[in-house]
Amino acid sequence: MSEPVTIVETPIKLDFSYTPGVASSRFLRSLEKGKIVGQRCPKCKKVYMPPRGACSMCGVATDEELILSGKGTVCTFCVTRIPTPGLDAPYVSAWIRLDGADITSMFLIQECDPEEVRLGMRVEAVWVDEADREPNLGNIKYFRPTGEPDADYDTYKDYV
Amino acid sequence: MSGQAALRRDVAIVSWASFETPSEPARNEVEMLLPVVQEALGKVGLTQQDIGFTVSGSSDYLQGFPFAFVGALDAVGAWPPIRESHVEMDGAFALYEAVNVLQEEGIDTALVYAFARPSRGEVDRTLALQLDPYYVAPLWPDARGLAALQAQAMKDSGRFGDVPDLPPTYVADGCVAVVLAVGDRARELTKTPAWIRGIDHRIEPPSLGVRDLTTSPSTIAAGDAAGAAGADAAWLHVPYPHQELVLREALGLSGATVDSAAGPVMVGGLERLAAAAAGIAAGKARRAVAHATSGPCLQQNLVAVLEGVAQ
Ligand SMILES: [Zn+2]
Repeated sequence: MSEPVTIVETPIKLDFSYTPGVASSRFLRSLEKGKIVGQRCPKCKKVYMPPRGACSMCGVATDEELILSGKGTVCTFCVTRIPTPGLDAPYVSAWIRLDGADITSMFLIQECDPEEVRLGMRVEAVWVDEADREPNLGNIKYFRPTGEPDADYDTYKDYV
Repeated sequence: MSGQAALRRDVAIVSWASFETPSEPARNEVEMLLPVVQEALGKVGLTQQDIGFTVSGSSDYLQGFPFAFVGALDAVGAWPPIRESHVEMDGAFALYEAVNVLQEEGIDTALVYAFARPSRGEVDRTLALQLDPYYVAPLWPDARGLAALQAQAMKDSGRFGDVPDLPPTYVADGCVAVVLAVGDRARELTKTPAWIRGIDHRIEPPSLGVRDLTTSPSTIAAGDAAGAAGADAAWLHVPYPHQELVLREALGLSGATVDSAAGPVMVGGLERLAAAAAGIAAGKARRAVAHATSGPCLQQNLVAVLEGVAQ
């Protein structure tokens, strides 16, 4: 009897062009100017950052835009102790609720000892140099502590 | 299922809306879908919270984005949590699921939608991934090439007279939304419900080599089960022109008015159901056949029969 074949390799490659959409395009262009633009749902009033043009909960377009300050609060975080390409270990990823936003987004936290990162820590965005900016979230290199007193638990307890 | 007998509750198409363009330049799938869903719901005075069951048809492979169909739920709003499903097929097959779910007591309305922006990728190559992943897909037989095999088989059979030449694969971006309702709920929502008197879909073997590509046994079987005989009009889903000849023969449409269209991939079949419902509502047909297909060379076929009067 011949050996059974246990693996067949069938490489697949397809190219796609991604379309961020009208609302996300405005957001991405604002990032080039160093501004974080959120969008407010006309129905439930939640502010989305990043905005995708529609409220996931209400199914309506989020046309109203507002500029967020770029400061926020650490709602939860993780210390990774295995290096990844471009990042030395240990590094910290955190869900950050930007001031004025109603959803959290994930960013790196740097310029501090990973052991110092904690829930409620106040942080601010550190931007790529203006000349090097492109229309993507990579313009925010990472967040760093602001040195402000920690936020009250009540302000982020729904996001932990 | 033998369409008519199995539908314990009468289901009607009560509203629809659609959008199609050769190439949508700026809006993403959600932005394209939002106004169309709102229009279909708004025509019968409904909001998402009035809908008992929501189901969509689309293909993540066209968007190149895993779980793109979940992201599309932004266009309907899934809060409080909704009862929802998805098929990785043309939206017509999502409508089939909705008709079945509407047989349950307590679910009286359904929203069915489909969307695609194939202009952003290489649709002929992308559709190759529907094929057998080990022996066929790695050869990358493009969708148009497979359709050409079918057209050639038809020419060789000598049965069809002039077989149209094969145009490039029809590429368009678009979406469609259809609202269904049962019995009295449908009568409340519109004066012109298009009642689904029968609906069935069948699939043929995945290996193209075992099929006779000049016939469509799955369309014949679905048409028989749905009660397609005696229709006075038909709205056929025809991705490539030569396929209309196979479908006409399979459905025995002599004497019926036939309207054929391709529509955007994943969307065109559901659009045919909406177009047939529009024909019924406008009094253009008494008993209409709506057909949808998916897969290479008419592999899967759905046939529905619509009438302006309930059973
Ligand atoms: Zn909302």
